[in-house]
Amino acid sequence: MPHKHISGQFNAELDSLCSEVLALGGMVESQVLNACSALQEGDSELADDVITMDHTVNEKEKSIDEQCSQILARRHPAAGDLRLVLSIIKVIADLERIGDESKKIAHMAIVLSDWDKPKWNYTELRHLGEHVRKTLHDALDAFARMDVDLSLQVVMEDEKVDLEYESMVRQLMTLAMESPSNIQRVLHTIWAARALERVGDHAKNICEYVIYAVKGKDIRHETMEQVQKELGA
Amino acid sequence: MELNTDQLLTKESDSRHPRVAHNLSLANEEISMKTRNLNLYYGEKQALNNINLDIPKNRVTAFIGPSGCGKSTLLRCFNRMNDLVDNCRIEGKILMGDQDIHHPKVNVAELRQKVGMVFQRPNPFPKSIYENVAYGLRLQGINKRYTLDEKVEWALKGAALWDEVKDRLQESGFGLSGGQQQRLVIARCIAIEPSVLLLDEPASALDPISTLKIEELIYTLKADYSIVIVTHNMQQAARVSDYTAFMYLGDMVEFSDTDTLFTNPKKQQTEDYITGRYG
Repeated sequence: MPHKHISGQFNAELDSLCSEVLALGGMVESQVLNACSALQEGDSELADDVITMDHTVNEKEKSIDEQCSQILARRHPAAGDLRLVLSIIKVIADLERIGDESKKIAHMAIVLSDWDKPKWNYTELRHLGEHVRKTLHDALDAFARMDVDLSLQVVMEDEKVDLEYESMVRQLMTLAMESPSNIQRVLHTIWAARALERVGDHAKNICEYVIYAVKGKDIRHETMEQVQKELGA
Repeated sequence: MELNTDQLLTKESDSRHPRVAHNLSLANEEISMKTRNLNLYYGEKQALNNINLDIPKNRVTAFIGPSGCGKSTLLRCFNRMNDLVDNCRIEGKILMGDQDIHHPKVNVAELRQKVGMVFQRPNPFPKSIYENVAYGLRLQGINKRYTLDEKVEWALKGAALWDEVKDRLQESGFGLSGGQQQRLVIARCIAIEPSVLLLDEPASALDPISTLKIEELIYTLKADYSIVIVTHNMQQAARVSDYTAFMYLGDMVEFSDTDTLFTNPKKQQTEDYITGRYG
């Protein structure tokens, strides 16, 4: 653990900033959970809650952004502190986008709630949703503990999420081809799955920023082999 | 005359003139001065411990560290200012080119012409602005009015002071503001065309605007001089320098390009100091 700053006020500001990020993380995590439940259960009221919550998430993002600007202007952070603040600015942008993706899923849920449940009962979508939620939860955990190993695991897990999404799209396309009456429902389900896959991408981005904050290495757009070589993992 | 896109872009980049370099590596630098196994003692007390440092040519090198860490002592070694300190003993080498500056054949006055120094408090001589700048030139035996006029104007322009004093060159140097006095001292220093400029907290006694003018001057001066600056102000070191050395208790803890040192230092001690955790 690094030593505390000589300025207790600066410690308090950074601690409060990290708590705010985690609070925002908790909000979008519950948004994803509720959006998935709303879609599976055909619960349009829950979907409405997800859409309404997006406003709160957006406001929180702006508020944290403002705090980061204040710290940059007043404290001139350097080294690890600078990397932390820069990472937070990027992490909250990804969290806000996760909120947007949840909103998209909620919109699909409202449309699909008007129809009967299909015989496939969104099973694949449920699996993908659980996988993505676990990934997001781990990403937030990695941020809270500044855990590089867990971050790397999430980055690798996202590749599995992508594969699961592709496989799900193939299955849904087969369903659409079997019966044209399925097409509209299949399309909405694919869009929802696409939104979940994007949530996985944002969780991966968050972990990349955690690695930058801790190690000072920018691993974006690198292959896993390059990343492991660079981090000596 | 109409300019095509390429010319416009070139013009644009010229006007922006990126003076702080990035992605630097010492391996690619020409070295102006270097220390080898440098140890310095004040009586029994050792103030510098085995310093090995390369000062790159036409770059700004900053020394940072807490009070008493030896950064000013190290700076003063480069033009043998420590010779004037009683009980001061130096071991090891300081090389300018291949020449050890402590070699008996080295003329200290000539060394100080090549390695100029500016101090924390501006110290103009009790003379006119013109004579302050001409002083070193006269010592070199230059007395022709025309040559002196030319050199004084050149030095004052180089120190970004000419426009402010050209109409009152015969007035006393003491009549200038602190920031102007410091630039006058820099003009006096560069008039004799040294190759290295040592700046010991050159802006610490100045207000923020004068400080920025001095920093702006440092950007332009490094095209012609190798600059070494000691500063307590880490943001200033981050702004003006290409390389930074962090010193602690007489040790050179870390020396690297400024970009790396301020974003991703290698040593925990450096990280603690620049993030305000030291102590």
